[in-house]
Amino acid sequence: MQRTLNKTFFYNAGDMVAFMARFFKYVFKPPYEIRETLYQCYLVGYKSTFLIGLTGFIMGVVLAIQTRPSMAEFGAISLIPGMVSVSVVREIGPVITAIICAGKIGSRMGAELGSMRVTEQIDAMEVSAINPYRYLVVTRTVATTLMVPLLAIYADIIALYGGYIAMNIHDKTSLQHFFVAAMHHLEFIDVFPAVIKTFFFGWVIGIIGCYKGYNARRGTESVGIAANSAVVASSLAVFIIDLIAAQITDLLS
Amino acid sequence: MKEQNNDTEPIDNASSDEAASPAGKAASDEAASPAGKAASDEAASPAGKANSGEGPSPAGKTAPDEVSPPGTPPPTTPDPNLQPTEPGQAASGRGEPIIIIKGVCKSFGDHNVLRGVDMYVYKGENLVILGKSGSGKSVLIKCMVGLETPDSGAIEIFGQDISRLSYDELNAMRIRIGFLFQNSALYDSMTVRENLAFPLRQHKKTMTREKIDAISMEMLENVGLADAIDQMPSKLSGGQNKRIGLARTLILRPQIMLYDEPTTGLDTGTAREISELICKMKDKYKISSIIITHDMPCAKLTADRIVMLRDGAVYAEGSYEELERSDDEWIKTFFY
Repeated sequence: MQRTLNKTFFYNAGDMVAFMARFFKYVFKPPYEIRETLYQCYLVGYKSTFLIGLTGFIMGVVLAIQTRPSMAEFGAISLIPGMVSVSVVREIGPVITAIICAGKIGSRMGAELGSMRVTEQIDAMEVSAINPYRYLVVTRTVATTLMVPLLAIYADIIALYGGYIAMNIHDKTSLQHFFVAAMHHLEFIDVFPAVIKTFFFGWVIGIIGCYKGYNARRGTESVGIAANSAVVASSLAVFIIDLIAAQITDLLS
Repeated sequence: MKEQNNDTEPIDNASSDEAASPAGKAASDEAASPAGKAASDEAASPAGKANSGEGPSPAGKTAPDEVSPPGTPPPTTPDPNLQPTEPGQAASGRGEPIIIIKGVCKSFGDHNVLRGVDMYVYKGENLVILGKSGSGKSVLIKCMVGLETPDSGAIEIFGQDISRLSYDELNAMRIRIGFLFQNSALYDSMTVRENLAFPLRQHKKTMTREKIDAISMEMLENVGLADAIDQMPSKLSGGQNKRIGLARTLILRPQIMLYDEPTTGLDTGTAREISELICKMKDKYKISSIIITHDMPCAKLTADRIVMLRDGAVYAEGSYEELERSDDEWIKTFFY
């Protein structure tokens, strides 16, 4: 029993690695599906702006409100903008954005491709001599890889604005003053690794969502399973990448 | 001869391919050895031994719904007039086969779905494959387009063994083969226009939008659904979806069409319309077709020849009328 489980685990892991490797085989090789990639960028990026913006705003507000009593106790109210900016830019912005994208985009890709597999649409592409991996997987994964970093930067800016609003509940400060104070505490080593890791977040969200959907088995139940496992696996992958990124950043600084 | 990716002119190469086809070899082999049918069957497939036609098979006496236990050779009909044939046998005037299936076996786990299928399809012929659910019909045509890989045996199309083709070569072959799925498999995120334009946009990059629209409209007019061009597939009925699926498949002008249960789930009238459409497309575009079905009116209307699959092997072969006259109990169950 244990041996079978081990075999299944290694088989699935190998299958997933082979699936991921195919991405690099096709992504740089023409023909490029530019039109479909731009459409997926629109779906991933533009269609997520409200959700990411709202979440970012709440993050900033909550962070500023929750930290204020402790900061006030030490007489460090003026450090709140810096504390919010470092927390948001280094960690909370990228990770929360990635988790929301894993839920919203990963599940959509898992369900969409799973549904296409079940209804033989992927097979129909295959027999029409159209490479479904190139058309479905590469375009979606490129879109998430490019859009998640943009969404994370957008979430950072909105979160800082939320922090400014929350700070003005008890204290009076201008927007300009808040942002100057926030930027003053940010260094290159805070921003650069945070942006780089969001590309990896985007890539794993796209590739895992597509993998789960693309390899869905027949039957409607498998569509739900594909969507669900896409969210779980990509969220877990985001945290693992974040851990690795934190270690690398720590070594660099 | 390696097949090149000739996206621009997929339709005009049949004659040259056939000239180069090893099918001719099969025919000449047979001519040299009239009694060699059994021998060639055995060479192609161990399961093919059952097709050697040495008198009535005991398995042929099984009850209609009885399934042969695993390990036993698949049965053939005891009727000598309906024994599976090879190219040349009762094939005068048909020319050379463009599809040759030799001893194809396929299993999923312990379940042997195909157990040595031998079959031939001639140019311009409508071959109907009849069989009960689970007899391996759909798996067989999926093997023909590379969606499934046979465990053993060979499938030669236009003289090329598809299991030996590279991915690009297989795709070049697929452009010449149309496949109509049982559930149409239309892209549900696209309109009818986009569904039809999609294969053209992928394979004919230089074609203008106007030309693509004109071809799409022509295909829709062929299937009688020109006014549905801007509809979403979800807004159309099952019969309409089948027609759109057929139009999308035909848009690349394939030389071979594979229909997977084209009338399943349709009412009698719509099923007849689809069957008539299959005949019309065959006459208009000179397409060779394999039609998987268990719908007898569809088989009667479309079939030039019928092959019956049982337990994953060819059980009987003949025209609709020949099979209808058979005394074989299992065959009779299709003609109640």
